[in-house]
Amino acid sequence: MMRRSIERGVELARLFWRTRAIRLVAGRVRPVVLRVRKTWRRSLQFRMAVITVVATGLLVSAFGLLLAKSISDSLLEGARADAHVKLERGSDYLTKQLETIPNGEDPGTDNDVQTRLVTLANSPEQGGDVTVAVKFSRATRTSNLRPMVSYPDVKLEDAREAITPQLEHQVADLGMIAHQVVTVHDNTYLVYGKPVYTRWTYGQVELYYVVSLKTEVVTADNLRTTIAIVGGALVVLLTILVVLVTRLVARPVRHAAQTAQRLSAGLLDQRMDVKGEDELALLADAFNHMAENLQRQIVRLEEMSRLQRRFTSDVSHELRTPLTTVRMAADLLYSERENFDPAVGRSAELLQTELDRFEELLTDLLEISRFDAGFAMLDVEPTDLVGLVRRVIDRLMPVAKRCGVELSVITPEPPVIAEIDTRRVERVLRNLVDNAIDHGQGQPVVVSLGSDSHAVAITVRDHGLGLKPGEEKLVFNRFWRADPSRARQTGGTGLGLSISYEDARLHGGWLDAWGEPGKGAQFRLTLPIRAGGRVSGAPLPLQPVDTLDSPVVPQQPAPTEVPA
Amino acid sequence: MRARVLVVDDDPALAEMLGIVLRSEGFAPSFVADGERALAAFRETRPDVVLLDLMLPGMSGIDVCRAIRAESGVPIVMLTAKSDTVDVVLGLESGADDYVVKPFKPKELVARVRARLRRGEDVTPEMLNIGPPNNQISIDVPAHTVTRNGDEVKLTPLEFDLLVALARKPRQVFTREVLLEQVWGYRHSADTRLVNVHVQRLRAKIEPDPERPEIILTVRGVGYKAGTS
Repeated sequence: MMRRSIERGVELARLFWRTRAIRLVAGRVRPVVLRVRKTWRRSLQFRMAVITVVATGLLVSAFGLLLAKSISDSLLEGARADAHVKLERGSDYLTKQLETIPNGEDPGTDNDVQTRLVTLANSPEQGGDVTVAVKFSRATRTSNLRPMVSYPDVKLEDAREAITPQLEHQVADLGMIAHQVVTVHDNTYLVYGKPVYTRWTYGQVELYYVVSLKTEVVTADNLRTTIAIVGGALVVLLTILVVLVTRLVARPVRHAAQTAQRLSAGLLDQRMDVKGEDELALLADAFNHMAENLQRQIVRLEEMSRLQRRFTSDVSHELRTPLTTVRMAADLLYSERENFDPAVGRSAELLQTELDRFEELLTDLLEISRFDAGFAMLDVEPTDLVGLVRRVIDRLMPVAKRCGVELSVITPEPPVIAEIDTRRVERVLRNLVDNAIDHGQGQPVVVSLGSDSHAVAITVRDHGLGLKPGEEKLVFNRFWRADPSRARQTGGTGLGLSISYEDARLHGGWLDAWGEPGKGAQFRLTLPIRAGGRVSGAPLPLQPVDTLDSPVVPQQPAPTEVPA
Repeated sequence: MRARVLVVDDDPALAEMLGIVLRSEGFAPSFVADGERALAAFRETRPDVVLLDLMLPGMSGIDVCRAIRAESGVPIVMLTAKSDTVDVVLGLESGADDYVVKPFKPKELVARVRARLRRGEDVTPEMLNIGPPNNQISIDVPAHTVTRNGDEVKLTPLEFDLLVALARKPRQVFTREVLLEQVWGYRHSADTRLVNVHVQRLRAKIEPDPERPEIILTVRGVGYKAGTS
């Protein structure tokens, strides 16, 4: 039991070390692999270089191998043909010579044969490193006699091994002329064998020519080395060439990319150098042309926007100054209206109220045109939205009271701080609550605030007429009215929701609406907590929970509700 | 003694109307129509408050504002047709204390002017000290003087009021709305940019490093408070 657990422990330890080692190696290799992969993806030059190395490497090595093989084959073939000729000649000579020896069983035969072999090996036409051997395969001679003789004697050992049993079988038993290439003690030999017939009782001996292939091997080796060197050089050269050519192409492309980046970053006068008349020059030229056009367009648009801004600003000033005078004059008349006769007094009153409307309309129109010209600017600072909501509600309380609307607010207790433009958010909220009071038909209006880590949402719920299907989009249209014939209670310019919508969008947030006939309506303002953020989800639902299943009854204040 | 008001505005109708309203409210207005002569008129009439139109021929309202502020702490109320942040902030930064956006109601304007003229007439001796030990700010409230490490710091009356409001209750955080009510006299919350810009102006005068304030501290999302030793 004990032993088994020890074994198990050892096994585990081994496994641990192994996995650790693998992890270590993997840890080293991974970054390298990642880097290579990244370079592969990002550098055309690197990719081309790798492809060239692989492709030319494969081609050159295949070609080199083929070449080396065919050359060494032909070298071998030459040696074989040569050896064959020698063998034929030698066997003729030996046949004749052996005729003179009466009996192969004679102990002196070896010496006689040896003498013949010396002659054979040393004959002038041999001219090389050749061992000539004779084997007495069929001899029944006693063991003191060597079954084989060879010349030169020193190569007897090599020759003995070089003549393999298979070859001997082919020559001695099948009577064939056979040859083979054998490597013995690091030397390569071509062995050629042929039976030589004698008058002796056992008929034949075998003559073998053992030709050293040293020269051929060395030649083939040299050749292979040369091919390898030349091939390698070729691969390297081609790779360098490809890298250089790619660079030639990639550099202008990279330059174009950089220039394009700078252009998009706003440096509109960036251009490429145009050199020569080739395709790259064409690219640079076309690129510059495009940049030129872009620059012209952008400058033109900027100029237009600047003019528009200037115009709005001027109109604003030119209209407001006389309006101020009129306003003050009207105010003076209004405060004195009791002293006028009734018609003039009433006129002063009308003048006063219509001036209010005119002013509101002018303010809203200028605000809308500011959005349209694209120069409405956000002035954000971290603000507590709970405080903001309560403040706005406090200020609208008198209006709600006057209209007999119960106005309540549901907010979390701790401050909800978001980076917003207070002026704009207050304006949106004021507008939404104003609308709710206006359209709420005296039913309660509830303002709720909710937040999560990314966004804040404020909903304003009324229980008035509600919206018909499709109207929840239309309400944000300029000068849109739910019912043109309906008498307005609190006025409004018809631009309030459009401006609120733009204000929300300027913050990177949403303003959306829900409504059903008879169930009232709910508007929801969603803003990102951080300036510049985008809103992906709202912390409060657009449709009030109480409308989801049952027809709505005017809501009783929930326990958490705090009257504002 | 009727308070003198200098109206710097190039629109004759508006100037005349302003004159009618101001006189009926018991002020003594004087008028100048272009920026070039505004400074001379200012020196001549020594007004208690200046109403300054931001768009003027000759010298811009901003420049006039700077020129007047360079030699006097007199309250300046801007009349502006623009409520864009940049314009308003630029005007406030050049030294204006408050602004009204055209078209304004006469009552609104008069309330602004009155608020600027209503200076604290408290004569009870009161000395306030705020700031870290190595950077003590001493405020002599009745004498309207502020010293930092023994050197007197020149503040406009509004900056002085703002500093006193914060210093009277050190460690208490003031929201911008509360400061607007206490210092500017707005009963309903108005433009909080007024507070931001004036706090910056005040910091520039009394903080050793306005980028890292030690005397008037920002409380993120809430408002400001005075730092103490």
